Amino acid sequence: MTGTWSLVRLALRLDRVRLPVWLLVLVGLPLATASSFAELYPGVPERMKLAAEMSNNPTLLGLYGRIYDATTLGGLVSWRMGGFLPVLIGLMSLLLVIRHTRAEEQAGRLELVGSGVVGRRAPLTAALVLALLVNLVLALLIALGMIGQGEDATGAFALGLSFAGAGLVFASVAAVTAQVTENSRTASGLAVVVLGAAYLLRAFGDGASAGENGPSWLSWLSPLGWVQLVRPYGNERWWVLGLMASVCLLLVALAYALVARRDYASGLVPPRLGPAASAMGSPVALAWRLQRGSLLAWSAGLAALGLALGTAAEGVGDLVRDNQGMADVFERIGGAQGQIDQFLAGALGIVGLIAAAYTVQAALRLRVEETTARAEPVLATPVTRLRWAASHLLFAFLGTVVVLGALGLAAGLAHGLRTGDLGGELPRVLAGALVVVPAAWVVAGLCVALFGLAPRLAAVAWGAVVLFLILTYFGAVLQLNQWVMDLSPYTHLPKLPGTPFTATPLLWLVALAAALTVAGLAGFRRRGIG
Amino acid sequence: MTSAIEVSGLVKSYGRTRALDGLDLTVDSGEVHGFLGPNGAGKTTTIRILLGLLRADAGTARLLGGDPWHDVETLHRRLAYVPGDVTLWPNLSGGEVIDLLGRLRGGLNPKRKALLLERFDLDPRKKGRAYSKGNRQKVALVAALASDVELLILDEPTSGLDPLMEGVFRDCIREERENGRTVLLSSHILAEVEALCDRVSIIRNGATVETGTLESLRHLTRTSVTAVVSSPPTGLSELPGVHNLKVDGDRVTCQVDTAALDGLVKALAPLGVRSLVSQPPTLEELFLRHYESVTP
Repeated sequence: MTGTWSLVRLALRLDRVRLPVWLLVLVGLPLATASSFAELYPGVPERMKLAAEMSNNPTLLGLYGRIYDATTLGGLVSWRMGGFLPVLIGLMSLLLVIRHTRAEEQAGRLELVGSGVVGRRAPLTAALVLALLVNLVLALLIALGMIGQGEDATGAFALGLSFAGAGLVFASVAAVTAQVTENSRTASGLAVVVLGAAYLLRAFGDGASAGENGPSWLSWLSPLGWVQLVRPYGNERWWVLGLMASVCLLLVALAYALVARRDYASGLVPPRLGPAASAMGSPVALAWRLQRGSLLAWSAGLAALGLALGTAAEGVGDLVRDNQGMADVFERIGGAQGQIDQFLAGALGIVGLIAAAYTVQAALRLRVEETTARAEPVLATPVTRLRWAASHLLFAFLGTVVVLGALGLAAGLAHGLRTGDLGGELPRVLAGALVVVPAAWVVAGLCVALFGLAPRLAAVAWGAVVLFLILTYFGAVLQLNQWVMDLSPYTHLPKLPGTPFTATPLLWLVALAAALTVAGLAGFRRRGIG
Repeated sequence: MTSAIEVSGLVKSYGRTRALDGLDLTVDSGEVHGFLGPNGAGKTTTIRILLGLLRADAGTARLLGGDPWHDVETLHRRLAYVPGDVTLWPNLSGGEVIDLLGRLRGGLNPKRKALLLERFDLDPRKKGRAYSKGNRQKVALVAALASDVELLILDEPTSGLDPLMEGVFRDCIREERENGRTVLLSSHILAEVEALCDRVSIIRNGATVETGTLESLRHLTRTSVTAVVSSPPTGLSELPGVHNLKVDGDRVTCQVDTAALDGLVKALAPLGVRSLVSQPPTLEELFLRHYESVTP
């Protein structure tokens, strides 16, 4: 463990911008929501009415989670933020751990550090210490913020700690995946898959709680479900925090056991030899070789999500049909069919937005190739800059269509087979996924523009995706002006299936994407490489 | 004789730092040209301008009769490049990279590729992340040497190679010259340049300070002379062109300008020379002389 503290300080120095930005977003969102709710639902009657509407709507329950205490502002914030914010906290934590363990090791920088007086467990310990620090600061800031809003201190700390607990569970998951593979991207990919599975389990479990006999116990299988099961402000169950801590300890113990068993820079899976020769002979062939893994993984992942969503959609209808008391309420918003459409459109919209991560990563591959100096030998051959850029952008633009198509096809297939109307439902659901494409293309265009005109700022594209996510899904709750929400291309998409299709906004988005791409490519042709 | 590379008055700035400050470089067709300078002198920046990766702020650059910025497609068909710090795709094997770069360049000679792999003792099946620095360098060298091109641009190509492989590299470059290829060899390893190059350009702080054949450059520098004489050596210090004179009994050591060598020998002869050792200036001294003059 020698040298751990020096490594923690080094990591703090390296992350001195990144972590404050994460904390600003992750603390700012719940506090802004609190002040917004204080205005929207000032008294107990308004809050009870909201809770009653929510508790019978499986789509909204799945999206946001269950309400355990509607009488206090804290209880409402705990419900509204508990469903999604822990996903972001988990993401921050797992990326942090991978960044300071496997990514450093893969880049060879840890070798330099490791030759100093540093124990072999020190890098992992340092990363976990940093994750613990960041999550505790997060918990403290949220708790103090809620107390500042005049809410009960016990609930405030329960809320902050439940969020931090989710972050630490996923930091521990990443500590394990970082030991398994040599490649840091695979390691973070594995951890993100666990995060996604946890989100789905919680969403299904919470969604099912609308019915009498739904499998609401599914939420108990998900670390993200535990966040709301702590029940901040609603008769807190502190022992759930203990459950989180135990899982963390188990995973961390596993990670340390794995560290002791492997060599520096190697994973548990040994590398294989490759072919001695290759038939690759064009930039597109190279791009395919470099991007196919990510394209296939995303397509498979979103197809699996699509199957789950498509299978669940009809269940949403059943829950509504069973619920006699709310029948006329649902009749007003389109009955069972309306509920199913709303569920599908909402879920496809969110998953579609998450697919922007694929788009950004595929488009920014250009920048990665440039900064790692791997673009240079290719551009020293007769391949022109445009041809090289186009080879990777093919995957950013068409790859996005493939990924979203896989989502829509799988969801449509599952839903169509369950309802027995494959021919009718498949095209509707597929359209719901593909309608997201123009917005994703705007994201791709933004990446190209940054890459061509301000390459050093290329990573800002990731920030833009997070911003779009916040604007589109939290904009209304934060009472943002419509024009602010309109900054996100995803706000302009027609919600399919269920609402009438309008082509105009889509055409505008495509035109904007094209303009950004052309500007970026023009800039790239004129600037220096490297 | 035609020129493969003609660069004059090249200027390139990054923000406030001036990487190139009026650099001149002429490489004749068919020669191996040494491009010498310490780290940060502007060698790589010059090469990147020649490859059309960077655009010069001022000055002209001609490469194989074309414009390196505009004629990328036609020019790059006729050249191969080895970067100083080779990074490979972690999940591609060395063989895949060699074939890919060769094909992008318009095809490579499979027989020569096999021969080079053998000579450089390189396993092409290993993945990029598994290669050491020297082996990554070999991948780039094989890819460049196996293609039929007129011009090789090599940026410190032997960094990371062991002495055995450096020998193989030198043999390869000599063969390339016999085949009539032009080579621009950027380096700070003087022995390598001395062994391989017909002409040398020395650059400092982004400008050329010396260019010519090794012979002509040596002419500008001093020869070290050590002599043991029979009679007490006197009067040597008044000779023009003699520096750092040290007399230790009958032993004389000094450095003398090449042009003043004749005068020194004539002054020594009457003293009864019992032993005389004269060392021509090495490139190293030549190099150091230019760089020492920076600090007053």
